[in-house]
Amino acid sequence: MIPEVGQFALILALFVTLVQGTVPLVGAARNNVRLMSVAVPAARLQFVLVGLAFACLAWSFATSDFSVANVALHSNSRLPLHYRVAATWGSHEGSLLLWVLMLAGWGFAVTLFSRNLPAALRARVLAVMGLVAIGFLLFLLATSNPFERAIPAPAEGADLNPLLQDPGMVVHPPMLYMGYVGFSVAFAFAIAALLGGRLDATWARWSRPWTTVAWCFLTCGIMLGSVWAYYELGWGGWWFWDPVENASFMPWLTGTALIHSLAVTEKRGTFRSWTVLLAIVAFSLSLLGTFLVRSGVLTSVHAFATDPTRGIFILVFLAIVIGGSLALYAVRANAVGGGAGFGAVSRESLLLANNVLLIVAMASVLLGTIYPLIVAATGGTISVGAPYFNLVFPILMAPLVFLMGVGPLASWRDAPVPALWTRLRWALAVAIVTAALLPFVMGTWMPLVAVGLFLALWVVAATFVTARQRFAGMPQRGWRARMTANSPAWYGMLVAHLGVAIFIVGVTLVRGYEVEQDVRLEPGQSVAVGGYTFTFRGIAERAGPNYDALAGTFDVHHGDRIDRTLHPEKRTYRASGQVMTEAAISPGLFGDHYVSLGEPVSEAGAAGAWSVRIYVKPFVDWIWGGFFVMALGGLLAVTDRRYRVALRPRESAAALPAAAD
Amino acid sequence: MKMRWLLPLGIFVVLLVFLAMGLTRDPREVPSPLIGKAAPAFELAQLHAPDKKLGTADMRGKVWLLNVWASWCESCRTEHPLLLQLAKANIVPIVGLDYKDKPEEGKAWLAQRGDPYRMSVVDLDGRVGIDWGVYGVPETFVIDKNGVIRYKQIGPVTVDALQQTILPLVRELQRS
Amino acid sequence: MTALARALAVIAFALAGCALAQVVTEDPLDARLKRLETDLRCLVCQNQTLADSDAPLAADLRREIRELAVAGRTDDDIRAFLVDRYGDFVLYRPPLKPKTWLLWLGPFALLLLGAIVWWSVLRRRRAQSTDAVAPSAEAEARARALLEE
Repeated sequence: MIPEVGQFALILALFVTLVQGTVPLVGAARNNVRLMSVAVPAARLQFVLVGLAFACLAWSFATSDFSVANVALHSNSRLPLHYRVAATWGSHEGSLLLWVLMLAGWGFAVTLFSRNLPAALRARVLAVMGLVAIGFLLFLLATSNPFERAIPAPAEGADLNPLLQDPGMVVHPPMLYMGYVGFSVAFAFAIAALLGGRLDATWARWSRPWTTVAWCFLTCGIMLGSVWAYYELGWGGWWFWDPVENASFMPWLTGTALIHSLAVTEKRGTFRSWTVLLAIVAFSLSLLGTFLVRSGVLTSVHAFATDPTRGIFILVFLAIVIGGSLALYAVRANAVGGGAGFGAVSRESLLLANNVLLIVAMASVLLGTIYPLIVAATGGTISVGAPYFNLVFPILMAPLVFLMGVGPLASWRDAPVPALWTRLRWALAVAIVTAALLPFVMGTWMPLVAVGLFLALWVVAATFVTARQRFAGMPQRGWRARMTANSPAWYGMLVAHLGVAIFIVGVTLVRGYEVEQDVRLEPGQSVAVGGYTFTFRGIAERAGPNYDALAGTFDVHHGDRIDRTLHPEKRTYRASGQVMTEAAISPGLFGDHYVSLGEPVSEAGAAGAWSVRIYVKPFVDWIWGGFFVMALGGLLAVTDRRYRVALRPRESAAALPAAAD
Repeated sequence: MKMRWLLPLGIFVVLLVFLAMGLTRDPREVPSPLIGKAAPAFELAQLHAPDKKLGTADMRGKVWLLNVWASWCESCRTEHPLLLQLAKANIVPIVGLDYKDKPEEGKAWLAQRGDPYRMSVVDLDGRVGIDWGVYGVPETFVIDKNGVIRYKQIGPVTVDALQQTILPLVRELQRS
Repeated sequence: MTALARALAVIAFALAGCALAQVVTEDPLDARLKRLETDLRCLVCQNQTLADSDAPLAADLRREIRELAVAGRTDDDIRAFLVDRYGDFVLYRPPLKPKTWLLWLGPFALLLLGAIVWWSVLRRRRAQSTDAVAPSAEAEARARALLEE
């Protein structure tokens, strides 16, 4: 009964979005207030219906209703409740429903916070989001129905893939989708602007918080995916340049360019057509990601079970949405473009360089990801993996990171180079010297480590200079007055940039100095890795809720004392028989210890010697710490008072702070 | 309308073409670089007569198929009836390569399901498989009279593959 | 002064971390093989490197590679051995051949293109006269109120 309710709700939602996607657009074109006012109730109704459908599916999973095929294939009655619920989005159909839910959710949020938008803009934005939803709902209902029944219903489910039975599964997809789908709002704003033939600073002010929030979610989503891979997959890696990982990274890069471009459009009224294009490209890349993971075009560890019909459907959908948007851009971009001039060295020119570099990086990642398809078209094969991306990407990013130090200090329209040089030369010197010395302190001197550290320290030093410069020039007295006089957006920028520096420190030091040892250990034996001693104490059996485990005990010594004890496991999941390696990680500010069980390698079996992989990874947590700080910076920026004006329409205009940064 | 506004659309169309082409292929398939090259020579013990050997040299002058199989291989069971039919039709000799298998289990498997092979040889440690670029089981190769590999079937032999590719190729090679 | 203090602080911070950074000497052959195998792709578990994969074929190939290395073959020989049998698919670092020129040169061509775009936009904007004088606070407030209608 409940699955049928869910399915019916989806069908109803499709009809609602058909109305939502068309009527308001007609209304906006003809300036018909009644037609335009259909948008808000339609969007809200869509959210309620999709929410209902999602709740029905989640309920089916929670109650282990195996008469629903999706539940039977991806769940099990002995699965703990939180994983049963997470299994709702553990399949192609379920995760697609999550996508649609997020889309409806963002649309609902737009209806709540857009009361002060001009009616035509509001109508168009919601209509565009409705149009996108039509495509997804059609796709769901036509090819990927999550509510299909299994007749006869099996007595027990096949279980969720053990790799997904993890807290990461509970948070990573929702966060990621909030980000991906969140860019649909910026996209809708861009299309609405093109349709209306007008784009001004107000438009940018409206788009900015939506885009920044989506970007924050995407940042967290990617970070969580990377952390999850690190501790779940058992071989200590945190980024593989897998096609689906790239598919999430490309919108992130474009989104970063977009939030910077929006800043310029809001403050200076320039970069308008750039911003519109970036908004279209960012969401297009989100859609492309959806295609890549579900069509089977590229091999990926993330790929869902594929079906050629699905691939064709999504491709046609992509062609219509992206092709249509870019065609609209081609025709209308001229009408919205233009803007004031600026000098060769100015904040505008530096942000333009920022945009260009991020797009070039994104395009390079796209090239590498798609290249196997290009080669296959001519009958060959090729693999493009980490060695390629790890070479190309840092080279492209290095100039960008360097400019990140200069940008915040440069003034708008014209930034005299001598003044910049005077302010930054000390920062440059400190960064060079420290970066040159630090590798010695860490152990071996490596040129790439020095370069990486230089970039990170440069950003930190330049950020301090920027902050000091700002505080020194303020008229207020006392540090408290000065602190509160600056906008959260400005602090957000500083924090986010520092986040990048932290991230670079993590990547540089872990890649430079991580140590790995593959050893054969008898119980009682020790091995020295990275300045620590790891002693294998033996194996014990342990039963989990839906698995049986062989748990090892490892003592980690530094000198005489035992620092910590680690318990890596080899788990056999009862329902599927699959064997999973659970690594034991001890995180620390300055590095992680990571132990992973291999196989028993002696006649004595599990009680005897085991092959073990031991890693010492310095500063690896700074990678995710950096991402987290970046997201924090974004969040700070969104709390800026300028955006809160939207909720309090009666606030006097004089209370608006001047856009001085 | 200036040309530069059309650029994003143009780039997208090119991308779309490659994505569409990608839909027609299986990205997991690794085409063999040995097509058109001399078959890697081997000389291995026969499955049913371990003291005797069979090598690529023995098959010179004939068009033949090499079918890589194993008793532990699930997908081999789906193609086995087809191979039996092909063997009964006596169009082309099929040599079996028992890949990383225990000879007793291989013999038992054939005894249970029928033996379509002119002869089977045993590749205990998989080295010959590596030389032939085998990465999954089953795989089937078509070799011509001069010992050159002409075609590789990745995965089980299907009726379509037999009718549309393998048999026509075999007949053409046999004529020359 | 603050710059120096900053530098010292960073160094002290890093000293604390150096405890984790001592390099362990491992068998040079193993190190070489690991480096080689990390750049090779497993054909069965196609999303893993040959170094990490648990597939039986991966174990066989690692054995072959070890034998070749011990027999004195170079890294290039070993890669050629695998490419002869499995094609370029097995290399995670795409070789530089005509079919990969676009791949390897592409990013740098894009960078150049980006620089040209940047420069041409700059030239256009620099030529534009800057007639916009920042409006007074009162005028700005009035404009905002009008815009928000």
